[in-house]
Amino acid sequence: MAKRSWLGGFLDRNGQALGLYILLAVSFWLLFLIILPQLAMIDFSLRHDLPAAQQGGPQDVWTFENYRHFIFGLPGNPDGWNRLDVGVFGRTIVAAAFVTILNLVICYPVAYYLAQVARGRQARVMAVALVVPYWVNEILRAFAFRIIFGATGVINSTLLTLGIIDLPIDFIRADIALYAGLGYAYVLLMVFPLYNAIESLDRNQIEAARDLGAPWWRIHTRIVLPFAKPGITSGCTMVFMLAAGALAAPQILGGPSNLWFTQLIYGQFFESVNWPRGAAYAIILLVACTLLVLLVMRLFKVRLGEIGK
Amino acid sequence: MAGGVSVELDRLLVQFDEFVAVRDANVRIEPGEFFSFLGPSGCGKTTILRTISGFLEPTSGAVRIDGKDMAFIGPNKRPTALIFQNLALFPLMTVWENIAFALEMKGVGAADRRKHADELLALIALDGQGDKYVHELSGGQKQRVAIARALCAEPSVLLLDEPLSALDLKLRQHMRTELRTIQRRVGLTFIYITHDQGEALTMSDHVAVMREGVIEQIGDGRTIYDDPATAFVASFVGENNALPGRVAEIRDGVALVDTSVGRLRARIATAARDRLRTDAEAIVFIRPEALDLDIAGASAETTIQATVIGEEFEGPNMHLQLRHDGGAELRVSLVNKGRTGTAGIGSSLAAAFDPMKAVALPSGALSAEE
Ligand SMILES: Nc1ncnc2c1ncn2[C@@H]1O[C@H](COP(=O)(O)OP(=O)(O)OP(=O)(O)O)[C@@H](O)[C@H]1O
Ligand SMILES: [Mg+2]
Repeated sequence: MAKRSWLGGFLDRNGQALGLYILLAVSFWLLFLIILPQLAMIDFSLRHDLPAAQQGGPQDVWTFENYRHFIFGLPGNPDGWNRLDVGVFGRTIVAAAFVTILNLVICYPVAYYLAQVARGRQARVMAVALVVPYWVNEILRAFAFRIIFGATGVINSTLLTLGIIDLPIDFIRADIALYAGLGYAYVLLMVFPLYNAIESLDRNQIEAARDLGAPWWRIHTRIVLPFAKPGITSGCTMVFMLAAGALAAPQILGGPSNLWFTQLIYGQFFESVNWPRGAAYAIILLVACTLLVLLVMRLFKVRLGEIGK
Repeated sequence: MAGGVSVELDRLLVQFDEFVAVRDANVRIEPGEFFSFLGPSGCGKTTILRTISGFLEPTSGAVRIDGKDMAFIGPNKRPTALIFQNLALFPLMTVWENIAFALEMKGVGAADRRKHADELLALIALDGQGDKYVHELSGGQKQRVAIARALCAEPSVLLLDEPLSALDLKLRQHMRTELRTIQRRVGLTFIYITHDQGEALTMSDHVAVMREGVIEQIGDGRTIYDDPATAFVASFVGENNALPGRVAEIRDGVALVDTSVGRLRARIATAARDRLRTDAEAIVFIRPEALDLDIAGASAETTIQATVIGEEFEGPNMHLQLRHDGGAELRVSLVNKGRTGTAGIGSSLAAAFDPMKAVALPSGALSAEE
């Protein structure tokens, strides 16, 4: 009954045609683009890697083998656990967290300036300057970074000319190019939620704190940051999820010895052509990232509903 | 608590780019005084307050607090505390944390902060409400928390930017008395901003009336009301009938002015004594309550013949709207002494006034809000 009247109200508000279209589009999106593919992935991840002929045969039963493999590796593995894959996984999570924090540190001052200090023309110019780089395709941007950070790139040649260093620094091997590239890729995703949150803070609050004797950094820790917490959470969540799931940037900018977990997943799907294991690894990444985000949100006492604000 | 100190504005000029928001303000506010800036919206009141508190630097001139020039001393270093028009309480902190914020910034420990906050809560009659959040308080309570938060910084000067404007009429009147009581108790210098002339007159020791960035008059409430310095002050503060004309004669501080309702006799305002000349354009201001229907010994120069075009009975007062044949309209307020009133709308009568209660001023801009 309640549901029917909600539906009726929805259709009345938007008109029959538009209302139906919205309902259908959202249902299609949820069902066919999110729920079903994920279910298919879960199904895949629980199967054996069988040649096409045996699929659907007596050996095609559900198994946790792929998940077991992630933790313990091949049978008879001398380490007792899958040092390589778990290691890559751990490094990816830590590196994604690092990129997120780096991004937050860089973007907070920008967002604050944009939201509270810049006025009129200046603010518009800044916003455009933030958006324009995203007109360039992601892959091209990553290659640009590779060139900038390369042995003969702008940075190394400048440092060499200035005599600060004698030999070029291998930014690629040190993963500095990767962190910079990933950080840069998600600047907008961090700046806008922060901007949104800080922009709605009443300027008088900042002035009141100052008037009551607060030095500038206390104004941030006591007034602006707590107020911006939902924005910080939503920005960090997006950046973390996307950084952990990034593929192009690690492919292009990653050091030769350091794999990103997504590269492993990619390898399972397209090099080993072991789709079940690839699916299992993808789900492990998804679940681990989600749990981590929820844990951090609990730690910082942010509720899920607040993020949407 | 630190006692109040003096505040001086010395030829203060504040400009935003080309626009002059405050022009040549000279004010001396005595220690412990309740001083108000009164003026219509956009006249530069907030600008003056922000300059005193240090959020704006003067373009030229000086702000002196307790005799010391405040140039380039930030708001967090001045002995002032500002109460914002919208209060700007911190929504994510409890009431007591709000109040004790200034102590927190000084590095005082939590236990001492709490103790001090509780004392201030008692002062504003909100004992035991310290653990609430700001949104759980009523408008008047928030108001008092904002005052306590400012007092907690132990300022010598409290600056208030129309703090009562968001409250309803009843509460506003109540808070006026309360503010005055708190001010007497703590003995601080209060600088108060308002566009409500009733508020300024009832609370203040002195009032500065502003128009378009210029201070037109400084005086106590009675002087402002009875002896305005300019036509703007006369028309902005309280109700007034303005009758423009030309000065025919000046004798012993009294002017005879030819207006559309005839020749009127009026005392020349003190501030205009040496400015008003024979043949100059002038305005005679007569307050509605200065007009009466029978004044013994009224002459032609203190009487206006007019027709009643409206009546409002208010209880203690009766207001009449009159129109002179020449077109000028007048408002008359009669104290209800039990008499029967007029012969009704359309009847003709003579309204008379005491020439010492009418004020002649050189003509000038009037207040836009009637
Ligand atoms: N930051 C600013 N930049 C440019 N002009 C400003 C600025 N602040 C104020 N003004 C202008 O200065 C004038 C005075 O403003 P102010 O805020 O002091 O008025 P006010 O007397 O407090 O008015 P109200 O009663 O409406 O609060 C206004 O015309 C306003 O447009
Ligand atoms: Mg104002």
